[in-house]
Amino acid sequence: MTTPQPDLITMQFMGKNYQVPSGLTIMAAIEYAGYKLVRGSGCRAGFCGACPTIYHKGESHKLYTALACQTLVEDQMCLVQVPFVPVARKRYVMDALQPTPNIILQYYPEIAGCVACNTCTRACPQGIQVMDYIQAALRGDIQRTAELSFDCISCGICSSRCPSDIKHYPVGQLARRIYGKYILPRSQHLADRVSELAAGAYQDEMTTLMHLSLEDLKVRYEQRVFEPVVGQNDEHNAVRQWGSPVDPVDFQDDPQAILSTGA
Amino acid sequence: MIKITAREQPNELLHKVEELSGQNLFTCYQCGTCSAGCPFAGEMDLLPEQIIRHLTMGINDVLTSKSIWICASCYLCAERCPRDINMAKVMEALRQVQLRRNIDHVQIAHLPPEVLGAVPPMALVANFRKNTG
Amino acid sequence: MHIDYYPGCTIKTSARQYETSALAVLHALDVQSREMEQWNCCGVVHSLATDNLIRHVAPIRVLTRLQQQGGTELVTLCDMCYNTLAQANLLVQRQPDKGEAINGFIADDQTYGGQVDVLHLLQILRDRIGFQAIKRRVICPLKGLTVFPYYGCKLLRPRAVGIDDAETPSILRDLMQALGATVVDDPIQTCCCGSYHVVNRDAIVAGQVTKIAARAQLQGADIIVLSCPLCHFNLDTHQPRPTDGGQRLPVLYYTQLIGLAFGLPWETLGLDAHHIDPFPLLQHQHSVPLEGERV
Repeated sequence: MTTPQPDLITMQFMGKNYQVPSGLTIMAAIEYAGYKLVRGSGCRAGFCGACPTIYHKGESHKLYTALACQTLVEDQMCLVQVPFVPVARKRYVMDALQPTPNIILQYYPEIAGCVACNTCTRACPQGIQVMDYIQAALRGDIQRTAELSFDCISCGICSSRCPSDIKHYPVGQLARRIYGKYILPRSQHLADRVSELAAGAYQDEMTTLMHLSLEDLKVRYEQRVFEPVVGQNDEHNAVRQWGSPVDPVDFQDDPQAILSTGA
Repeated sequence: MIKITAREQPNELLHKVEELSGQNLFTCYQCGTCSAGCPFAGEMDLLPEQIIRHLTMGINDVLTSKSIWICASCYLCAERCPRDINMAKVMEALRQVQLRRNIDHVQIAHLPPEVLGAVPPMALVANFRKNTG
Repeated sequence: MHIDYYPGCTIKTSARQYETSALAVLHALDVQSREMEQWNCCGVVHSLATDNLIRHVAPIRVLTRLQQQGGTELVTLCDMCYNTLAQANLLVQRQPDKGEAINGFIADDQTYGGQVDVLHLLQILRDRIGFQAIKRRVICPLKGLTVFPYYGCKLLRPRAVGIDDAETPSILRDLMQALGATVVDDPIQTCCCGSYHVVNRDAIVAGQVTKIAARAQLQGADIIVLSCPLCHFNLDTHQPRPTDGGQRLPVLYYTQLIGLAFGLPWETLGLDAHHIDPFPLLQHQHSVPLEGERV
């Protein structure tokens, strides 16, 4: 008995039609068609932003943008890849910047040309409210710019479509950098802890560990102590599950295996 | 001396300006009220009513005038014109003709950082809308 | 009374004192105010070309979002925001075919037709609350202050959206008199300050501001009052020092003067956020600390 084959659909790439199985991502379909991707391909996991793709479908006039590794190929897709969107990034020295309301305007004044058309938001493969973070940057709200742009992967699709030639992702990046360096509150207990460590609080123990044999080290590891956790009866409590299939550290990192044991 | 001849070719600039502004420039009777009230007429090379006259007569110095960029769109001319010509729209139409030729009047990349850091955002937004395509 | 208000980008940056004083005054007048959510820049200037529809997307998007948030009326502080939002609103009301194109661009199911009313805060103060009611709340009349109201252009022109007579407006005069101030006028008060030329042609702004300040002083003013953050920036930063050794005129927002007349704490009115220091002039106001006492 033969296994059922997926349907074949038509994809047009670089001006040629190809029959590819449905259910593949655009990236996999391009490779199925015989291409080797040496540009426009990276993590294949929707995180590096290397594979922006522009396409239309059949007779429809609408132009879509997407990441090739995250989008399934559809029948009558006519597509092209954009391995790189050239955006002009400004040079700055973080230590020399002041978090003034106009700081982002100073480096990226073209954001004042935003017509609020929302083309960038519609183009974003991450579902980010791009126009809203540019608007926040325009009015000096660095925190909101940083928060809204957090999931940006710098693919550049937004900038490639913007009628005002705005460089969205460097703007978001500058905002996040300023936010992290100047605006986010400092954690005092972290600073205290770091000072403790720098002063050598665990130096003796570290030295001992460094001189243990491999066997002694393994024993130490097996007998390590977990911190007491609030909610001892929680089924995911690490102390309770130590050594069991649900142990977050020891067990093989396979969610299916965990679920199938019914622990 | 400006030479004026009867034209056989259509005045394309005039038609474009009338289309973009929605104004009939031939109703202007050159009273000069717009120029008298314009706060920046002193900085201009062609006065507002001169611009209308040069457009209707096909004299080719309007697009290269300083006047269309010195206009600040304050609407004083439009509100005072006894012939109900919206001169502010005529100025905007002339700016748009230039900008749509891909000739920006302000180069954003060349603005000094001290200015960008000091002026209110609304000044930049308005300036770019008037001076860039 | 409750109002939804639209701040605009500059209110959050170089004109924060306008917002803080406006909110303090509204609170004192028992008006609940709510900043609308998820607003974007209105575009500042209304596009005057017949075909540049994308330039109307920004203000229409603001009004549509307010409508989606259940609002029917939007109050602005900034004159230019008022003018741009009101003119865009008028455009979709009077030219529905253009409104349809703009709506279609924004969203497939959008049908905004101008249902939201756009108002300036001065209209709320004059028409809903009334200057008589404001006068009754005054506990420190602005005696001894001679005020020059400066309107600029966008509050009054074009007439279709102007909130007062474009040639001889009286709204700021009436308000200032209700606060107990002496008011002087001059035709230059409705002349443009130079606006966005401050970015790349600031000599024009400097020239115009010099004229405005000179005429105000000639009429005997000691302070200029206005409502537009761009006029404020231009008048506050480009006034030359008088050649006769006199003082430059401080430039305040009308809401700051209302706050002073109401006896509100000076710290809530943003009086220390100006280039030209207004404190020496305001010392006789009870709520303002004397020289040397300000912390």
